[in-house]
This record gives sequence, C-alpha cells and structure tokens, in this order.
Amino acid sequence: MKTESRLEKVLASGALAVTSEVGPPRGALPEKVRQKATLIKDHVDGINVTDNQTAMVRMSSWAAGVIIKQMGLDPILQMVTRDRNRLAMQSDIIGAYSMGINTMMCLSGDHVKFGDHANANGVFDIDSVQLVQTVRRMRDEGKFQGGADIDTPPKMFIGAAANPFADPFELRVMRLAKKIKAGADFIQTQCIFNLDKFEKYMEMMCDRGLDQQVHLLAGITPMKSVGMARYMKNKVPGMDVPDDVIKRMAGVSKEEQPEEGIRIAIESIQRLKEVKGVHGFHIMAIEWEEKVPQIVEKAGLFPRPVL
Amino acid sequence: MENFEPEIVAFCCHYCAYTAADMAGSKRISYPPNVKIIRVPCTGKVDAIHMMKAFEKGADGVYVAGCLEGDCHFKNGNTRAGYRVAYVQKILEELGWEKDRLAMITMSAGMGERFARTAREFTEKIKELGPSPIKQFNTDTHQQAAG
Amino acid sequence: MITAEQKPLKEIIEYISPYNRILLVGCNECVTVCAAGGRKEVGLLASALHLNCLKQGKTIEIKELTLERQCDPEYVEELVSEIGRVDAIVSMACGCGVQSVAARYKETPVFPAVNTKFMGASVAQGIWEERCKGCGDCMLGITGGICPVARCSKHLLNGPCGGTSYGMCEISPDVECAWCLIWERLKALGMEKRYEEIMEAKDWRPAGGGGPRKIIREDLSL
Repeated sequence: MKTESRLEKVLASGALAVTSEVGPPRGALPEKVRQKATLIKDHVDGINVTDNQTAMVRMSSWAAGVIIKQMGLDPILQMVTRDRNRLAMQSDIIGAYSMGINTMMCLSGDHVKFGDHANANGVFDIDSVQLVQTVRRMRDEGKFQGGADIDTPPKMFIGAAANPFADPFELRVMRLAKKIKAGADFIQTQCIFNLDKFEKYMEMMCDRGLDQQVHLLAGITPMKSVGMARYMKNKVPGMDVPDDVIKRMAGVSKEEQPEEGIRIAIESIQRLKEVKGVHGFHIMAIEWEEKVPQIVEKAGLFPRPVL
Repeated sequence: MENFEPEIVAFCCHYCAYTAADMAGSKRISYPPNVKIIRVPCTGKVDAIHMMKAFEKGADGVYVAGCLEGDCHFKNGNTRAGYRVAYVQKILEELGWEKDRLAMITMSAGMGERFARTAREFTEKIKELGPSPIKQFNTDTHQQAAG
Repeated sequence: MITAEQKPLKEIIEYISPYNRILLVGCNECVTVCAAGGRKEVGLLASALHLNCLKQGKTIEIKELTLERQCDPEYVEELVSEIGRVDAIVSMACGCGVQSVAARYKETPVFPAVNTKFMGASVAQGIWEERCKGCGDCMLGITGGICPVARCSKHLLNGPCGGTSYGMCEISPDVECAWCLIWERLKALGMEKRYEEIMEAKDWRPAGGGGPRKIIREDLSL
C-alpha cells in the first residue's frame, strides 16, 4: 500500500469501488456539508469534495473535507490548478494531510469565465498533469516541487480525471497514459451516457495495458429530466449525450422522468461492471445526493466492503 | 430654424452617382442646391478622415454615394466605403452627434431620378435634425446674446 | 507585433479636458500596422477632438506628430522642440511608447489614447489574434509551432483539457483549442509520440515572475 487511503484498500482488494461527491455550500454552513455526507456515507468508499466547482466561490474543499473526516468518513480532496499557484497547493496538501485527508483528485478546473467571478485571473501556474506529478514526488520522493526535502511528506492516494468524450477522441487514451505516467493511482471519468463509445475507449486503454497500471472509476450521473439531458448535450463542453438517451427520457411522462433517469444510471452501471478495466464507479448526483443509496443498492454494489 | 438651409457634402463615385447627378441635370430633374458634390474615382477612395473633415468644416450632413452592391468598378470599393461610414458613425455617436448625419447610399449611373430623390430626402432628413452641433452652439449663444 | 485599440473617446476627452494645447503623438511601428495609432489615426482622433470642442463652442490647439518609433529615445527626442508649447501630450503608441515619452518629458503630463492589447499576428485583413505571451522560454520547437501558453485558455502544457468540443475551446466556439491544433500538427509531422512526454512545470521567471525583465547586449552598447 502506498497510503492509508480507504479507496486504495478497497481497490486493492479487487472489489468494485464506489465514490460520490459533495459540493460544499456557498456560505459558512458546516451543517450542510454534514447533511450531504450523511445521505451517502454508508454507500460509498470515498466522498469527493469539489473545489470551487464551475468556478463559483464555495467553502474550501479542504475545510469541507476536514468536516467530513471528523465524521469518521473518507473525503477525497479535489484540487484545481485554476485558483492557486504551486506554493498554495502544496501547503494545502500538507495541511489537508495533517488533518487526516489521504486521498485527492488533481484537476485543471473550469475556466473562470463560467463562474461568478469572471473578472478574476485564472492562475494555472501548473496543469493537472504537473499537479499529479507534484503530489507523487511529494509522496514517493519526499520532495517539494522546488526540489527541497519535506519533513514528513504527505502520503496521498492520487486521482486524476479523464474525459473519454472530448475531442480529439484518438488523443484521449494517450492523455490518460500521460496522467498515469505522471503518477495517477486512480481515474474518475466524466459522466458516461454514450456507453458504446466508452467501451471503445476502454478497449483502447486495455490494449495498451493501462488497466494494469491504474484503477478507473466510471462516472455515472442520473438525469432528473429530459431538460437536463438536453442541457448536458448542448451546453456542457465535452459532454456526449446520445439522442436515444434523450428519446428515452422524453418517452415517459414528466413525473416519471426522474425514475427513468435513475433506471438508466443503474442499467449503465450493470453493463459497465462487465467491462474490462472498470474498477468501480463514481456517482455524480448533482444536487440529488439522496438518490445515491438507491442507485448503489439497485446496481448490486451494496453493502460496501468493511475493512 | 424654419429657414435653415443645410450644407450637405456628397462624395460621389465617378462611375455611378456622379454620372447619375449629371443625368439628373441633363434631364432637368431638380434636386436641392444644398448638396455639394465632390467627385471621387471610387467611394473606396473616401477615407474616414474626409468625412470627419467635412463635419469639422461645418457640414450639417455628409453622404457617400457609390455603385450598387456588386457593381463597383474596382470590385469592392463601395463595400469598403460602407464599412468606413459605419466606423465614422460610431465616432459621431461617441461624441454625442446624430449618426444619421452621415449615410452610405448606392445607385447606378443611369439612376438620375434616384440621385435627385436621394438628395431631396437626405436634405429633408438633415433639416429635421437641424444644424450641425457646431453651429447649434453658435446659434444658441447668438440668441442668448440677442435675448 | 504589439496590437492596440483606441480608448473610448470619452476617456480621452476627460484626460485632456483641463488643457488647451495638446501634442498628439502617433507611432509608425506596430500601432500603425494594426491601425490604432499611426499617422492616419492621429488625424482622425485630432478631428474627433476638434469636433467635440466645437460642439461646446471651444477651440483646442492640437499639434499632430507621428514618430518613427516611440519606444526609442532617439526618436522621442524629436518632440523636444514642441514640449514648451503644449500643456499635455496624448500618445497613441503602445504602453512602451507612452512610457518612453513620459520618462523623457517629466514636466508635461502624458496620457494614453490606446489600450495596448497583446502580441499577435494578423489572421485576415482587420483581424488580429494573440500568438505570444513573451514567456521568455520559447517552446514552439516542441509543440509543433503552436503556443499553448498564449493560445490555450488555461495555458496547459499537457493539454487538452476535457472541455474541448469539435476542436474548439470551452470558453467560446470562436476560439480554437490550442491542443487540438498542436495534436493535428504533430500528426502531420509524424511526431505523435512526442505528445506523451510530460512537460514539466514551467519556470515562470523568464516570463516575468522574476520581476521586470531586461536585456543587456554589451556588444551593442556605446
């Protein structure tokens, strides 16, 4: 084991892992964090805590992560390179690790243009691949990015994101390989709606033997309505929602659409469980955390392994 | 301002509007004497500074009259002139002037009647807008002094 | 070259409102090419300022001058004979030119008439796009001749991010994804393998992170 991470242990055991996420509140509301975490705590192995997602200011991911840690749960600290330079990121990593956080996700982050501080300057001192590399060297070599030794290095289990659907498709597996080379231990993917395309991606990944080098968790998002499906198809950059999924959502009454969205999510998990290289699922139920237990249970992923 | 007679400068392309003006003359179609024609080899030759200088020197209205779309003798001089007119209109607006004091107009060499009508209509429009802001100031102070 | 755009007239008018005699100085270099502050634009701006004053029944004296290069002390010196006769200088050069004039003529206020934008290239008549951030450590040799620092919205050195659609950047369908361009070019050159080499975290010192930059060429100094 490289770390004390619960997620690492579950993945090492060969079981399919389950993670989900909590978006911190836009205010000093620790209770909100606890509420959201409580909804999913028995059904996941790790809880991603998003970092100013969609470039909107929220409670910092490490502070919300500490709240979750204090509940005896396992936060996965998300960190975007948009808001901090390498000094700030490394100090936050040490700080988070000192508070018991041992798993993290390295991301570039949405452009500030999309958020409520569009006039801010994006930092992007380093990119997500370089952040993975930095965290890995901190852990394995005990070195800061600047080269100095760390007295008691943080031992983080390192995650990175992959979007199998963004352009250009042929580059996506190479990009994954690059993140693995940089030191990613696990990967969480973008929401998967186009299962055929995703399976093709996994095939390309396995052909290169990358499934032996990294744990990939497939991203699942239940859709609440056909409106949300259309929005994701047309408005969210790099999202691939096939027409037949939209047709299926539109084929049922408005009241039944949430249920249909959950059914699609469950069916997707059941199909992807069989795909070589898929080592677990990352369920992103956007402002719909209460549905995570139901999805996990119906997909046959419950109970979670006890370590 | 009932007896206001505007001064209007019309930059006319040699190949169309200028010839049209000539035709209006020979056909004895009258148009207001307010319009002072400046012949140019192509409206593409009319620069922003020419339009600005016309206003600076006291013109109440300025228009650029070129060939019909696609008929420019030099391919696209009239299109360029159109862009420049729009550019100067923007400057006028920034200065708080009415942008309608400046216009781009197109016609062919045979349209003597259209030339005359355009000259009449533009003169009417400028009459409605009143004297150039430069002169308005002079008149205001003059009236104040008289009052 | 350095690109620029004229400031809103309102701002320029406000700067010069206390003054009656203005020296309006253009530059024959970059700002002439991007039609922001060359001889022609000096004439247009002077005319607009005159129109504005005439409207208020005032007059203003504007001396128009366009220097060969406003960022060079040799040429800035040419203004010396005008300085005593004006109340203020309005410069239509880039920020470098404005500062060269301000540094030389300390007693006369200098105002910028343009916003200096970026180092760019002309992609079509009347259209300029950013191409270089002046990072001081050019990596075009390994990125297929396309700069990720200047052209990727997140200046990712190991892109593309997950926001690309149809070869365009997530920030706008009008902005090309630099990494898609790099990838296409590497493919065309048969250098796909290069993509998987990790580019290390950039040293931003040559880019300005180390403070204001300077070049000293002793072989050229007098």
